[in-house]
Amino acid sequence: MIDDQRESPVGKRVSLFVTCMVDMLYPETGWAVVDILEYLGVQVDFPMRQTCCGQPGYNAGHRPEARRVAIQFLRAFKDAEVIVVPSGSCGTMIRHEYPSLFADNSRWRSEAERIGSITWEFTELIVDGLGIKDLQLRLPYPHSFAFHDACHGLRVLGLSLEGRTLLGNVENVSIETLAEADVCCGFGGLFSVKMADVSGAMLDRKIKNINSCPAQIILCGDVSCMTHMNGGLSRQNSAKRVRHIAEVLAEGLPKESNQ
Amino acid sequence: MNVTSNDFIPMAQIALMDDEMRVSVNQATTTAYNKRLNVMFEAGIEHGEALRQQAAHAKRRALSQLPELLEQAEANFKANGAEVLWAVTGDEVNQLVMDIVRRHEVRSVVKSKSMVSEEIGLNHILEANGIEVVETDLGEYIVQLDHDTPSHIVTPVIHKSKAEIRDLFIRELDMPPTDDTSEMAQFARRVLREKFLHADMGITGGNFIIAETGTVCIVTNEGNGRMVTSLPRVHVAIVGIEKIVETFEDYATLTQVLPRSATGQTITVYTHMYNGPRKTSESDGPEYMYVIFVDNGRSDIYASKYAEALTCIRCGACMNACPVYRTTGGHAYGWVYPGPIGAVITPLLNGLGNAKPLPHASSLCGSCKQVCPVDIDLPRMLLDLRSDLYQEGKTEAHWILGLKLWAIGNQSPLLFEIGGRLARYITGDHPPKNLPGPLSGWSKYRDFPRFAKKSFRQQWRERRGK
Repeated sequence: MIDDQRESPVGKRVSLFVTCMVDMLYPETGWAVVDILEYLGVQVDFPMRQTCCGQPGYNAGHRPEARRVAIQFLRAFKDAEVIVVPSGSCGTMIRHEYPSLFADNSRWRSEAERIGSITWEFTELIVDGLGIKDLQLRLPYPHSFAFHDACHGLRVLGLSLEGRTLLGNVENVSIETLAEADVCCGFGGLFSVKMADVSGAMLDRKIKNINSCPAQIILCGDVSCMTHMNGGLSRQNSAKRVRHIAEVLAEGLPKESNQ
Repeated sequence: MNVTSNDFIPMAQIALMDDEMRVSVNQATTTAYNKRLNVMFEAGIEHGEALRQQAAHAKRRALSQLPELLEQAEANFKANGAEVLWAVTGDEVNQLVMDIVRRHEVRSVVKSKSMVSEEIGLNHILEANGIEVVETDLGEYIVQLDHDTPSHIVTPVIHKSKAEIRDLFIRELDMPPTDDTSEMAQFARRVLREKFLHADMGITGGNFIIAETGTVCIVTNEGNGRMVTSLPRVHVAIVGIEKIVETFEDYATLTQVLPRSATGQTITVYTHMYNGPRKTSESDGPEYMYVIFVDNGRSDIYASKYAEALTCIRCGACMNACPVYRTTGGHAYGWVYPGPIGAVITPLLNGLGNAKPLPHASSLCGSCKQVCPVDIDLPRMLLDLRSDLYQEGKTEAHWILGLKLWAIGNQSPLLFEIGGRLARYITGDHPPKNLPGPLSGWSKYRDFPRFAKKSFRQQWRERRGK
């Protein structure tokens, strides 16, 4: 949102980059994105040659490998007009890291910059791109939620109000505050494995905050952070769970437009 | 100071078990973080952000003309009657200080806080030569009394509780037992007052060096800086070459962001400025003043892609904001500078091979960049250092192999899909509680998610065709 002097995505075909994790672990999140965008009259396609954006290798410092994976991404999305991604960190990778990853690569540099400029995180596309703040949704049951601000979406893409705005306009929803909502959950990709104990202690603090939050469901815009937090909540036998915001929004869609 | 940064992981594990330390660090960092937020943006977000950018600009402009400004500062200090010395290595600094000690027959030294002197282990050298050295910043004094090391660059004893400090004072100084912090501080003040009165030499660092006037600026909250620089016969300021700023106006900008970022104060209790020794017309101040400009690895950073790291003004805000620092405290980082800036400059100043875990001691959450008063892109530098580690062959073999396989799998949609199905087949509806090998770090604290029976792409193919 901060750096957006970008071409409007209104009226354009949107290509879904579902992300490797959603593809393999949470296909329902992918469908939630598709359902909401189609409900808004957006034409959605799914480039079948997509895999991963390259972020795990890039963040670990393995740039030659990350570059090869990123080239696969650029090839898969070469015909895209607009790209939507239900993840702030993958969005960050494509928009902010591709240009530096390909800075010395004359073959791919300009394409990487073009792809970066047409990539939108899911809530960002709807609110900042399409200009829609109220999706006219209604949850079938009253429910309270709280937000965890995933780091890359918050501090690199500048996203924080977008999800809250969309959810706040859904009927039957109340929004609570999660303490330290903007503090990292400790995931950080391979950090959670390489520095498992430090990461685990950060997660522990996040879980304490979640457990003392009045809301049963915590919403997040990044399934990697969600996986991390849910992994800890499940291990600690907490009844609370983290969900991707797209899924909850999709539950508020009118029945006939549901898949 | 010895570099033990390669032991970050075991040292962090030890830190995680120290509940008392973690409570102290957590409270202090959270308080400092919140206080900073309040005063940094007291005139609105835009004003605070503009101030940050102005400060960043002042430091970057100074960096872009560092050699010229250093020469200008030298000329102005000399004109003011101070002597300027240059040291490439830490040993050279120690040698220069010992030369000054001998020249002026110094037997006792009082110091105000200087992180550079921690880098080079100056106190040990002085003590080994029979010189009494007393740290006079209260936190540094406590660290010295306890034969400890600072764990934060602004609040050196952030890791100690009040009770620990009370017990230390009772043990080392025969303090009458008290739980009252102001009584404890008053007691330390009386002890230190004697030291000030008898010291032959005062050693300080410098928060900023103003080139156009030849001025050492020091900010403190305890007034010890003033005693250190005015009572003894000799004042030695030991400063890194990156402390230079061009103009007095730049200093005026930077002094607005430093206390705000460091302690959440709009201004520190004391601001000291020293141009040179006592003039004949003046009634106090030292008879001799020396400024030692220290390189100690900085010019290598200057010549690298990490030059921006030299614009750091040592406010410690990145430590207070960093969830890793908040969790482990500073000692785990294994050298003088902890937290995000430490994770960047420790490997740069000591060699990447001596601090291999530090670039990975971050979840890349970006809080450090967000709070940095001079907008240093610390997450990017950590990423670049990780890449350097890999390029220089300093990455463990299992990660090299693992990420090569990851790259192969992700360059082919077919292999990617096979990999996903294989993962589902192996882990099934009930993923294992314990993962093997390097991945066991994950399953130590978290359950592993279930792979979907059918991936999104399979479902898309079934519902929508290609």
